[in-house]
This record gives sequence, C-alpha cells and structure tokens, in this order.
Amino acid sequence: MSQVCDYQKLDEILEKHRYDSASIIAILQETQEEYHYLPREAFDYYAQKLKMPIAKIFSIATFYENFSLEPKGKYVIKVCDGTACHVRKSVPVLDRLRKELGLTAGKVTTDDQLFTVEIVSCLGACGLAPAITVNEKVIGLLTPDKAAEILAELKEGESHAKA
Amino acid sequence: MSSGIVMIDNIPVEIKGETNLLALIRKAGIDLPTFCYYSELSVYGACRMCVVETKKGAIEAACSTPPQDGMEIFTNTPRLKRYRKMILELLLSNHCRDCTICEKNGQCKLQELAERFGISRVRFANTADQTPMDTSSLAIVRDKSKCILCGDCVRMCHEVQNVGAIDFISRGAKISVSTAFDEPIANSSCVGCGQCAAVCPTGAIVIRRNTDQVWDALSDPQTKVVFQIAPAVRVGLGGKMGQAQGENLMGKIVAALRRMGADEVFDTATGADFTVLEEANEFLGRLDSGEKLPLFTSCCPAWINYAEKNHPDLLGNISSCRSPMQMFSSMLKEQFKHSNRKVVVVAVMPCTAKKEEAARKEFLDENDQPYTDFVITTQELIAMIKESGFVFSELEPEAVDMPFGTMSGAGIIFGVTGGVTEAVLRRISANKSNGALRSLAFTGVRGLAGVKEAQLMYGDREVKIAIVSGLKNAEDLILKIKSGESYYDFVEVMACPGGCVAGAGQPAVSNAAKQKRSQGLYDADRMSSIKRSEENPIMMSVYSGLLKGKVHHLLHVDYQASYNERHKNLLKEECR
Repeated sequence: MSQVCDYQKLDEILEKHRYDSASIIAILQETQEEYHYLPREAFDYYAQKLKMPIAKIFSIATFYENFSLEPKGKYVIKVCDGTACHVRKSVPVLDRLRKELGLTAGKVTTDDQLFTVEIVSCLGACGLAPAITVNEKVIGLLTPDKAAEILAELKEGESHAKA
Repeated sequence: MSSGIVMIDNIPVEIKGETNLLALIRKAGIDLPTFCYYSELSVYGACRMCVVETKKGAIEAACSTPPQDGMEIFTNTPRLKRYRKMILELLLSNHCRDCTICEKNGQCKLQELAERFGISRVRFANTADQTPMDTSSLAIVRDKSKCILCGDCVRMCHEVQNVGAIDFISRGAKISVSTAFDEPIANSSCVGCGQCAAVCPTGAIVIRRNTDQVWDALSDPQTKVVFQIAPAVRVGLGGKMGQAQGENLMGKIVAALRRMGADEVFDTATGADFTVLEEANEFLGRLDSGEKLPLFTSCCPAWINYAEKNHPDLLGNISSCRSPMQMFSSMLKEQFKHSNRKVVVVAVMPCTAKKEEAARKEFLDENDQPYTDFVITTQELIAMIKESGFVFSELEPEAVDMPFGTMSGAGIIFGVTGGVTEAVLRRISANKSNGALRSLAFTGVRGLAGVKEAQLMYGDREVKIAIVSGLKNAEDLILKIKSGESYYDFVEVMACPGGCVAGAGQPAVSNAAKQKRSQGLYDADRMSSIKRSEENPIMMSVYSGLLKGKVHHLLHVDYQASYNERHKNLLKEECR
C-alpha cells in the first residue's frame, strides 16, 4: 500500500456507510473528496471489504464522469459548456485557460499538480454565462482575459505561500 | 402463477407461468431472435431483437414484458422486420467482420441472424476498433472488436458464478466489457470456467484452441500420443455430429482418434475409479477423526481456482485427490516412461479450466514437463474430426486400449452433477446389494438442480451431503457452513451449472439437451456390468504394480501447501 492511501481513512468511510456495498457511489464520492481522485489502492481495498467484484467498482467509477482515476490538481477548474455558456462563448475561455497552462483535451492536469481544467455540461449558473468554477467557487461573466487574470492571481498566491 | 390467453400473431396461446412474453412466444413455436436473453440470467433488455408490436402499434421488448391475459401482439410486422435489420446493421457497423478467420465462424449468433434476416449490405462505415486480443488466459481468448455489448458474459460471470471478473467499463461510445483497469484477464479473479465463452453470441470470448499442438504431436513419428477422454465428452457431441443429442458416442470418438493417429486411447472414467477409491479412503479417515470436515471434492479445476482466490482458509478441507484427469495422466506417464518415443498425453475434456489445471506447477514432473501435455475441449475435438473429413456417422465404434481398458459406471457418472458423490457413496455404502445401489440414485444426488442434499447412514452415523453446481450456489453454501447455519460432512462442487455435461468446452445447448446428456451418462452406467469403482478388475494389479509406493506421489496434491508457498513468495517480494 502506497502512501497515497491509508487504510484508516478508507475504513472510516466504510464504517460510515456500514460496509454496505449498495452505498458504493457515496463511498467513492467521499474517497474522491479525500484524495481529489480515486486511488488504485482504494479499489482493491473496497472490493475486499465490501465483498464486491473489483470490476463492478471499476465499472461504476468509469460510468460517472465526475469520478477521476487520475490525480487532480490543487485547483480544479470546471469550464461550463452547457448551451447558454456555449453560445456566450465559453470555448474561447476554455482555449485561453488551456493555452496559459499548457493543457489539452487529453492532458487535463499540469505537471506541478496545481491546475486541472475540465469541461462540464451545465453548472446551473446560466444567468452568469459563461461561467466556471474554481474548486467550489463559481465565477461568472467571463472573458478569456478575465480567465487569464484569475490564473495569474492563483499562481501568485501559490508563490507567496511558498515564500 | 399468471394465467390467461395471449393472442400471438392471431393465434391464442395460454400463459402457464411464463414470466415474460419471449418465453411464451417461443413456446408457441416462434424462434424470436435474441442476443442478450438467457432464462438463467437476469433480464437485460439490451439487444432489442425480440421486439414485438402490440395491437395499438406500441413496440415492446418481449424479454422484459410480462404476459397478460387479453394481450394481442404481433411478432413479424413489416415495421419489426425493418427494426431488426437496422439493429443488425448497426451492430455490424462497429464489429470486426472477418468471419472466415473467426474462431466462432459457423457458430456465431450475429452471423446466423445476419443470414436469417438477409443482411446483404451495411449502409454505415465500419468503425470497429482494432484492439489487441487478450491471450493472457490459458482457458479463454478475448477480442473486444467482436463484442456486441449484450452483457451475457458479465451477468454469467457475476450472477451465476459469483466471480465478477469482467464488467462494463466506461459508457456511451467508449463502453466496453473488460476487467478492472483493463488488465489482462489472467490477472483478474477469473477462474477459467469458460461460461462467459459459452454464452457469448459472437467471437468476443472464445475457448483457447490447442488443436495445432495436438496435430503436430499426432504427425510426429517420434511421438507416442496417448489420449484420455472425459465422461461428459461422449454425450456432448451428438448434436453437432448429426447424431442424437446426448447419445453416448464413446466408441466412435475412439475410432476417430485412432484414425487421426492416436497411439493409445483411454477413458478418463478409469482415472475416476482411482479418484473414487482415494477420495472415499480420505473421507472415511476424516469421518473417523472428525477433522477437516466437510470434505470438499477436488475434481473441478475452476472450483479449485475459486477456492484459492476467495476461500484460501478452506483449502485444507479440499480433498487431496488430484482430479481424475491428473491422476490418470500421471499414471499414463508412469506406464509409458520406458517408451523409446516421446510420450504426449492429450486429455479431451468438456472443460476450459482443465487447460489451466494441466499447466499448474503441482502437475509438472521432475523435468518440469506437464503430466497432461495438452487439453482439448469437446468443441476442439469436433473441429479436429471435421477437419479430418471423417463421416462421423459411418465410423465403426471401437473399444479403448489395455491395460486400462475397464472402467466402472461410477467413473462414468462423474460427468454430471452428483455423480462424484454417488460414486463415492457406492464405495462407502456397507450394503453392496443391487437394491441398495439402485436406492442410492433416489437419495437426492441426481438431477440438474443447482443445490442438492442427501443423507446416508454410515455405521450408526448419519452422513450429511451437499451437492452444488454453479459457483454462486457454492458461495451461498460456504457462507451457510461458515456461519454455522448448515452442517455437512461431504460437499461436491462443480463450477458449471449441471456439472461437466454442461461444461464450457461442450457445444452450448439448451437445458433440455443438458438433461439428455446427463441421461446419456446414467444410461451408460446402467449398461455397465461394473458398477462400483472397487470392482474395476484393473484396480488390484495397478495398485500392486504401477502405483506401488507411488500412490501419494502420483495421485495426490496439496493445494494448501502450494498456496502457502506462493503467498510466502509474494510477501517476500513486497518486503523487498
């Protein structure tokens, strides 16, 4: 077992759901909250503890877009590309974010593990279109330049934190 | 139980407990096409081939619609025909269409239905992905490019076998059937039972083929090729060979193998006789000492795999007897060890997991050569006979070779669920009268039910027996035993529902045909003048000759010890 994942945390999550395999989605959600993704070790551990085929857990984890098998960055930026955001030009915002961070559709997380840029279908904030979320915070009425400013601020905060 | 009348294509059909329209329609003599429906699996409703039209013009999937009194449905309207053709075209549009070089050629459901519905062209561009084949397993080969996502394998693996090695991965256009993390199947919880291949309608999961190696051995004059044929095989090929389903074709199989160039041909039922004696001894010993009960049978290699992966704590309870195939192979290698030619033992089995068993470390000789060199399934035997061009119906039956030329009826019924138990009971039963023998058949050991129980008096003790087939049934029983809810002295486990007659290496057939196959074996037993394994006349000479001082070495195995050994090595690696 690697350091990514300690049994104790997983046990706590399992205990909370009374080791009920029917709660597997909630269990995976809480695991992802803890690690920002689903570590490989968690699959083996849950399969064993819940007496559930690992293929079944993997099936569920790959069915839902929201679960990630790859480690995500400290800041997860979700760019809304729902109908309203799309017509209010969300794509240029997305392109700018990717360009600034050197990301593509295939590579969604920066090498320094700081930023992840994802597309989501609708954030439910159509009045603020085009909108993004940075972790849990919603930021609306974006332009590509504004998006770049947000990135710059976050990066600056990080370098201050380091110093 | 539901009742009433449904009008199917204007013909009244009575509902007699059918739980879905599909069963009712098939009862009415209409072979409604399906890919994803098996009566023993849950209803999935994915392929939509079984759609029917109601009088009001609604389209319903027959497999997932309960029949109701007064329903009026149509199974062959122009609209339905159009829909079915469209479904087939869409399935074919992202399917590898190299039919002529496909392992499933001629036995593929997709091919059959495309032919039946006259699909002469596919209007869509072919978008099938070229994915690498998964050849990691010795039992099966997976080819995702031929998968039609019917989910039969997924449900079989999980619902009937409780293995769950494969499932649907991702979704939408990216969906596929695979293992967790898309790893090779050999690294998964797969036990090699092959039931996924048995239900797969296409060539997406097929049995791993070893016929080429067997042909090579047969054509090499420097090689002595020794065959053994499992009990279930003789009743498994009738349907595919233009003979009656379930007919005992042992004599013709022997003749066919000889004409292919086999040097010696034997009957695995002879090996089974040794298994009966050894296992009965072991059982009586454990009954006396009261230790390591229940005794679990060890004949089924998929069950051994399952126990190792899921219940290693039970390995000590599993009989130390090698399976009849392995007992016989080691005896045959011993018998012919002074041959001036290389000796190759080929086992013809109804089973895919036997291919894995033959390669197990425990069953390699001192030179690291397997006792059983190759395992071919009944289906592969059929392919070899067809390739040879023999007209099977015209082959004159022949007998097996000496010195292992006799076998008991008890050995023959190993091929059906309950057979091993009945054979052991015949051995330990104190009353050797014919009446007692016949009454054993009615203790509850016979029949294709997934879970059976029987009791028998041994001295003043009542021996409690359970017989399960299908690994989900085995799992449920094990949980009951572990929780203390049930107690048994003897448990027979066969991984394939119905036992070896329904093994994944046999041509896939309906439940009625499985019944015929098992009847075929009981008929062979009835016609056998030797009923009990200990009455097999070769026993005495083999035990005092070939097996003298070698019983343990040649007939037994310690799965617990090899598990501990492997585990120790694994722990060492982790520490490093």
